[in-house]
Amino acid sequence: MYRYNDYDRAIVKARVAQFRDQTRRFFAGELSEDEFRPLRLQNGLYIQRHAPMLRIAIPYGLLSSEQLRMLAHIARTHDRDYGHFSTRQNIQYNWIPLEQVPEVLEKLSSVDMHGIQTSGNCIRNITSDPYAGIALDEIVDPRPWCEILRQWSTFHPEFAFLPRKFKIAINGAEHDRAVVRCHDIGLEVYRNAAGELVLRVFAGGGMGRTPIIGSVIRDNLPWQHMLTYCEAVLRVYNRYGRRDNSYKARIKILVKALGAEEFARQVDAEWEHFKDGPGTLTQAELARVAAHFTAPAYDAAAGGESELAARAAAERPFERWLSRNVRAHRQPGYRAVVLSLKPTGKPPGDVDSDTMDAIADLADRYSFGELRVTHEQNLVLADVRADQLYALWGELRKLGLATPNIGLLTDIVCCPGGDFCSLANAKSIPIAQAIQERFDDLDYLYDLGELELNISGCMNSCGHHHVGHIGVLGVDKSGSEWYQISIGGAQGNDTSLGEVIGPSFAAEQVPDVVEHLIDTYVDNRQPEERFLDVVRRLGVEPFKSRVYANVAGAKRAKEVEHV
Amino acid sequence: MSERQTEILLADGSVIADDWVWLRLPESAEPQKKSAGKVVLFRLTGDSAAPAEVVAGVAIPASGRVLLPLTIWLARKDELAPRLAAGEIGVWLDSFEEPQALVDSLADINTLPVIGLNFPRFIDGRAFSVAFLLRNRYGYRGQLRALGDVLRDQLFFLRRVGFDAYAVRADLDIRAAAASLADFPEVYQSSTDQPLPLFRRA
Ligand code: HEM
Ligand code: SF4
Repeated sequence: MYRYNDYDRAIVKARVAQFRDQTRRFFAGELSEDEFRPLRLQNGLYIQRHAPMLRIAIPYGLLSSEQLRMLAHIARTHDRDYGHFSTRQNIQYNWIPLEQVPEVLEKLSSVDMHGIQTSGNCIRNITSDPYAGIALDEIVDPRPWCEILRQWSTFHPEFAFLPRKFKIAINGAEHDRAVVRCHDIGLEVYRNAAGELVLRVFAGGGMGRTPIIGSVIRDNLPWQHMLTYCEAVLRVYNRYGRRDNSYKARIKILVKALGAEEFARQVDAEWEHFKDGPGTLTQAELARVAAHFTAPAYDAAAGGESELAARAAAERPFERWLSRNVRAHRQPGYRAVVLSLKPTGKPPGDVDSDTMDAIADLADRYSFGELRVTHEQNLVLADVRADQLYALWGELRKLGLATPNIGLLTDIVCCPGGDFCSLANAKSIPIAQAIQERFDDLDYLYDLGELELNISGCMNSCGHHHVGHIGVLGVDKSGSEWYQISIGGAQGNDTSLGEVIGPSFAAEQVPDVVEHLIDTYVDNRQPEERFLDVVRRLGVEPFKSRVYANVAGAKRAKEVEHV
Repeated sequence: MSERQTEILLADGSVIADDWVWLRLPESAEPQKKSAGKVVLFRLTGDSAAPAEVVAGVAIPASGRVLLPLTIWLARKDELAPRLAAGEIGVWLDSFEEPQALVDSLADINTLPVIGLNFPRFIDGRAFSVAFLLRNRYGYRGQLRALGDVLRDQLFFLRRVGFDAYAVRADLDIRAAAASLADFPEVYQSSTDQPLPLFRRA
């Protein structure tokens, strides 16, 4: 993974000093609440229900064991012993007192970490494929591109006060695992017919109140132009994005209003002015950055495939774990292992400090000291020898990290919701738990197969409910909490937005609703069809009628129409 | 309505006395920044500014250096020609105004000794891009002045995109603020102050 050089370190250290002084001025009354807000936001600090929420960047989800130990230390010393891994591949703390934040940032900088641009109206942490560098379907390793963009976007002087937040994701594989179609800019690195490395640029995707799938505004863009082209997009957006209404300020609204073609034309016109200028990437720079992402020292002798098969045949639980939580690897004799942060009864994505330390040790012993955070809120040990899988499984089971549910109904993506977030309409964590409890029969879950259920506590969509096969959205009905259900959303190459099935439900009804949705699926499926496939084939109607025939008392939510 | 900024911060960190008068349109004639529906309005530039009679009626100080709103400059530049030649006229743009209009109004943009860009609120970052364009696209070399809600923690970025004078908001300590011009020891990306990105220098 990328290791900081002296420049990177000096910049982060300067940021710590700057924020320390800003905090001092805030407490001294020299900075008003309003003036301090964007400053703290650009360091990842929100004021939330209980205390400030601090969001730490995990650039494109890559983490070293040393960094994870520091995250554990911070949870233990400055927070209430846990952290929350988010759908943006970051980690959030909920309880750090404001006065301690400069110290926390100082500590983080000692392991090359920070909260820079993790919130605020600026270019946020770049996200990517958690299986970068190891996936079988990878065309180009996205990590060097992520890092180049990370550096370019860090303290970009022109784009620190955009109309709204700006999120960039990069995918380099055949199958998009970075949700590039739902980002302000989504980049796909690929090889064109001539074998040249080029980019496809999506713009104007996003979730939130107005979910929109991004449009391709440029194809076949030679890689050297990545930064200048992004600069042109950002400049057009910075000048013409709406600033009068924060709900309409994302780039997606501008792209939609102008039309993707006209937007692309304006970007091109801007880009023409400097397209071959000094911002053009060089082979030397690509090589410098790419050198940080070479394969670790794999052991060519790693193997044990037949033994693995024998163990799997002998032990059903191990077989299950292998089939759900272990993924194929490009290197023969290796696998990627997903640590499920979704055992029944725990808030999805939460990890306590001792477990973080234990995971760091496992990363050292089994996976070259590195791990990755997925946007589904799980962790990945990316480079595990096949002949050590059984031993690792044993250790993960003791830690409660081996729930064999990756990609199944109980692998729920869920935002912090009303328990922590002051923007929430409704709680989301208890809904996740109630659904997990209802569907805790593993055989049944396996039979249901791949099923993504995503929950957001409000229209901001931090829990990606729009792209869940089943989406649950918290809505407010004059003070009480209600939930709107959508089905048919999906991430990936065939990204689609879910369709709302009808009026909303009370919290205790949600597991029933999910059950009726599932029953409709089971009754209608053909061999090999996933839940999503059945929704796509039959449409919402049969699901809807079954649910409303059986669950009474739904209410129509007013504020939730798609604008 | 006019306001004399008594001191101004420069890019080298010095604070000097300032004799430019910042002339603004009367409150009531502030352009209406409509937000409703139409595409052109997304630019928030489509609306005409103050009505012609208001523009014609604004009293311009008879002598000394004056920083004029774009609309006044455009409407009355003929009458102001002698003073422009005497180096007494600067023009300022609000955050929604197009620099192209100013550029088109002059044979040479560099006849203006000062161009001001207003920050109605510091979170409105459009002027960062406009400053970049004035310096890099339109070749403006005179003083580029940040006006309005100009705060300490934006100074580093303001300097980088090409502002070289900062009318730090009057209630703040302009001398203490100067320290923030140098908040960071190194930068990754190119901008006006540093035409080469770090990867072409290091
Ligand atoms: C608890 C404090 C949080 C606050 C105050 C917050 C606030 C917001 C807001 C206001 C939006 C909507 C932005 C827009 O549509 O323009 C948003 C979107 C989003 N947030 Fe959060 N969020 C929080 C936590 C999280 C967490 C924990 C995650 C990850 C689990 C997350 C990930 C996202 C994502 C993925 C989106 C939607 C994608 C997009 O359109 O950009 N946020 N958040
Ligand atoms: S979706 Fe809403 S409730 Fe959930 S974290 Fe985001 S802002 Fe908070």
